[in-house]
This record gives sequence, C-alpha cells and structure tokens, in this order.
Amino acid sequence: MNPSVDALRATFGNAIGRALDSCGDTIVYVAREQLLAVMAWLRDTPEQAYDYLVDVTAVEYRDRERPLEVVYNLRSLARRADLRVKVTLDPRGDLTVDSVVPLWRGADWLEREAFDMFGVTFRGHPDLRRILMWETYAEGYPLRKDFPLRGRFSRAEQVRQALAANPEAHYSMEELSIAEAYDELPADMKERLRRGERGTLPDFE
Amino acid sequence: MTKRTVELELATPGLDAQGRPVRVPLAVTDTDASPTEPHLAGEHMLINIGPQHPATHGVLRLVVELDGETVVRVIPHVGYLHSGFEKLGEYRHYNQIIPLTDRTDYLSPMANNIGFALAAEKLMGIEVTPRCTVLRVIACEMSRIISHMVWLGTTAIDLGAFTPFLWAFQQRELIYNLQETWTGARLTTSVTRVGGMMADIPDDFVPGLRAFTQQFPRTLGEIDRVLTRNSVWVGRTQGVGALTAAEAINYSLSGPMLRASGVPYDLRKDQPYLNYETYDFDVVVGEHGDVYDRYLVRLEECSQSNRILEQALNRLPDGPINVDDPRLILPPKSRAMNDMEAMIYHFKQVMEGVKAPIGEAYVGIENPKGELGNYLVSDGTAKPVRWRIRPPSFINLSALPKMAEGHLLSDLIAINASVDIVMGEVDR
Repeated sequence: MNPSVDALRATFGNAIGRALDSCGDTIVYVAREQLLAVMAWLRDTPEQAYDYLVDVTAVEYRDRERPLEVVYNLRSLARRADLRVKVTLDPRGDLTVDSVVPLWRGADWLEREAFDMFGVTFRGHPDLRRILMWETYAEGYPLRKDFPLRGRFSRAEQVRQALAANPEAHYSMEELSIAEAYDELPADMKERLRRGERGTLPDFE
Repeated sequence: MTKRTVELELATPGLDAQGRPVRVPLAVTDTDASPTEPHLAGEHMLINIGPQHPATHGVLRLVVELDGETVVRVIPHVGYLHSGFEKLGEYRHYNQIIPLTDRTDYLSPMANNIGFALAAEKLMGIEVTPRCTVLRVIACEMSRIISHMVWLGTTAIDLGAFTPFLWAFQQRELIYNLQETWTGARLTTSVTRVGGMMADIPDDFVPGLRAFTQQFPRTLGEIDRVLTRNSVWVGRTQGVGALTAAEAINYSLSGPMLRASGVPYDLRKDQPYLNYETYDFDVVVGEHGDVYDRYLVRLEECSQSNRILEQALNRLPDGPINVDDPRLILPPKSRAMNDMEAMIYHFKQVMEGVKAPIGEAYVGIENPKGELGNYLVSDGTAKPVRWRIRPPSFINLSALPKMAEGHLLSDLIAINASVDIVMGEVDR
C-alpha cells in the first residue's frame, strides 16, 4: 500500500474514503467536494510531489448498483511512485466533478474525452466541448453501459446525420468570434448563432 | 530563448582562416515592427488546415487564427478516425482485443500488442517465460525503429528534405519483411497472446535481424550527416515550438516529447518491464525542448534501440514461448483433435474465454510515441468492464496550441510534425 494514503488520511480525515490495493496499484477514494484540494495537496506537498498526471478517465460498471467512477492516475516523476485517485458519482444523479485543469494543463483533452464519452461535467474546465464525436452528436454518451454497441439510431439514420453534420463546412461560435467575422454576419444569423444554431460560413469571393 | 551556435557543414561558404567550418550564429531574426500594409494592421485571418492535408499526418483538422503570418491561436479538431475501440473491447474476450490494439498506433503495432498483453497479464497475475520476455523486447525495439523512421521521413518531407524519407522507409521495409516472416502480416501483427506469443520466430529471423542491426547504423549516420548540421534543417527547427521541462510535465507529455525538454524519464528505466533494467542503454535527453531537440532525441533513440536489439539477440534463450497453463493457452491443433482433455480446454477458451479475477490493472509502457497505458477493469468475467488506452500522441497533441502560438504558419507545420501523432491512436 502506498504510504501517501496514510498521509492523506492524516491531512484530510473524512474526505478520504476507502483505500485498496489491486494488482500492486494503490487506489484511494476521495470525496467529490474535496477533490481539488486533495489533488493540489498531492501535487504541491514536497513529500508527495505527484507532479505528473498520467491519465483521467471514467469507469462505469455492468452492475447498475455500482457508482460511476472518475479515475485519476497520478505519478511522482522524482519519487517514481504512482497513485490512483477515484471519485464516485451516481450515474442517475449529478455527474459533476471539479476540473483539475488549473493544476495540470494535460487534463484539458482528457477531461473533454471523459465528458464526451461518459457525460461527466468538469466544473471549471475552460473549454468543455465534445472532442472525439462531433459537436452536434445527438445519440448520447458512447461509453456508458446503457449505450448499445451499434448506437441508438439505425445505421441509415446514423449515416444521414453524419453526412449532414459536415463539420468542415462550419466554424464554431468561438472560431467565428476570434476571427472577428462575427461582427460582419447578418443580424438573423447572429440571432441563430446566439440560440446555439451553427451557421454556414459565408462564401468569400 | 537561448542562442546557440551550430557548426554548419552543408551550404556554408567554407572554412575560416583557421581551417574550421564557418560557424553561423543562429538567432531569431528581428521582425519589422512597422507593417507594410497599414490598413491591414490588426486584421486577423481564419484558415482551415485539414482534415485531408499531407502536412497534418492524418485526418487532423486545425483551425488557425493568423495575424499576418503569425499564428495567434490554433484550435485542433480530432475524432475523424474515431472507431470506438474501447467500447468494442467491452464486448470481446481478452485475446480478441489484441487485433484491435494493432489498429490504434498502426506505426508500431507490435508494441501495442505487448502493452495490452502486459496489462492483461498483470490483471491475471501471469509471469511469462524467459524466451517470451526477450522476444517481446525485440518486438518493442523493432517497433520503435520503424515508428521513428516513419516520423523522420515524413517530417523531413514536411520541411523540404526528400532524401532522408527514402532512406528511412528503406530501413522500415527491412523490418517489415522480418515482421512478415514472424507474424505473416506487415501491419496488423497481433503478435502477442495473454500469457505468451502468437508464434515463435522462424529459423532465419535471428540472422536476418542481426544483418539489419549491422547495417542500420550506416543509415542513421547518413541521416545525421545530411540533416543535423544542415543550415535549412537547423534554421527551420531550432527554437521552434520550445517547451520547458516544467511545461512539458504540466502538459503530461511523454516519450521523446518529454525527454527533449530535458526531463530524463523513460519507463524502461524508471518503471522497468520485460527486464529492461538488465539491458545496457542510455536514456536520450534533450536540452531546449524544441523541434530540433526532438529530432536529435528520436535519432539517438534509434541507435539505442539498435543496441538493445543486439543485446537481446545475444541473450535470446531457448525454451517455450507460452506459459504452461492449459486454461490460458490454446493446445496445438493435433492435440485438440485427438485428446479429449485438450479438446475441452480448447472449447472452453474459444467459447467462454479466459476469465480474469475481479480487480483492475494499469500498465504503462514506453511506446515510440510516449507512454502507452492500458487500464483494464475486470468484474470477474471473460470480458473487461472497461478497457482504457492512455494514448500518448493524443495527450502530446493537446500541447500543440501552446507550442505553436506566436510562431509562423510554416513553423506550425514543423511543430505539428514534431509531435509525432498517429491519428488511429489519437481518435481510437
């Protein structure tokens, strides 16, 4: 068992849940409210020095009674130690957890992927958008256990939607605004964009 | 930014009075502060690169905001090659997942097979045989060489050098021929099984690989001679896309990207697997973290891989390649057809699969692109509850905006090439 677990218990008390050992890896459960404080402490305390975020992902079990878990793999490069921190969420309840992007920029795309695949919302993430699926993808969260292997829609409907999405024909709201092209758009298109519809880029001669 | 002086051998006027090659100081040229077209000052342009573009190394789409020719912002869009491997893995037996791993990082399929097999073996508590361990080291290092050769060739093309591409792909072809004699496939090798290997190496494999290791340093030397001190190459790569060690760690970079920034972290040394701690090789570390240092790191890693290959060939022991456990390893066809017990084991493995105990395991291996992690969660059945790939090039690519902003558009191409992405793995 990794000695960091005892140090965590001494510092955070009840915020640290059970800890277990699986195949030689130490897993420690942390209360959702305290996640950011625990992570910052693990990163910044010299005796811990978990300075490297290996991975952020989520796990949902086939057993419907088990909660969904958000999994953080931490590593201390200098001490050559690994620690796996988990936060449990109720899959039928509020899937929100604090983002660790303020601590590790490497979490940016990893959290976006967990959001895309599991629907976990990371509070405080600077740019939480879908990443592997396109932005208008409407079938839900593919890695959830209630998502069928072949998707929710029929094959024909999936093909139709994928072709209609045509992501290269559009720029996102953010992209339009950064190029200051937004100001030049007609008023009705601005209104549609404000409502969340995405516009086709006007043809520039 | 630190200024560096590099000895330029090619395309330089000649020697100085002391007979040494002329040393040209390399520094960032001062940009003219006054715009030549005042009415365009402050105008930003939005351009779209990809997803079908030769310089994006796959179906990557970059939306770039430009101020003149300077990159102000990069927004990468990935997912065009998303195949849902992780979802598929939840519906497959452990051995049936191995063909999926081929298709993630398709430039180093053997190393992916090994990464998955190691994770499954850790989950099941299996110790593989000595011969299998050495064969896996050989497969890993062969993969590293072919992956770095592809990276080197394509990056050289992006920056205008065509000749190294031909040399690099010639070497890759030699390894592909060896892979073909071993596994029957050049790309989709599927060489491992949980608890062993799909097949032992053929008779002419060891002499073939030995011949490769003897001629390979010559090609590396040629590439080194034509690129390392080439003024065009140096000018296009030095000081471009530099990340400090602290930034590289904060962005969770791994592999050559991390080491080029000066962080001496290599999983083969720091979390040894496959007895890597018993091989004599050096961890290659850069200093400045720019595109040039990433090139130097990858080039030197190839010769270190060559050293490991030579040592592995010398120590390759005889013996079985698979663990002696009939519940894990399929019996030979002749026994399955003639022996009742072997037939039952064969049937149970094919129909039910190998059951893993309840638990979870994470194994990271040093793939050519960086740390390839396989995270398996089991609920005691023959199929994993969750199979997570920690994709090294996905995470390395996420630092692209940070690296490219402020550089020229042409530097963006060099920086993107230096990340060494493979979209099969980024999108999975």
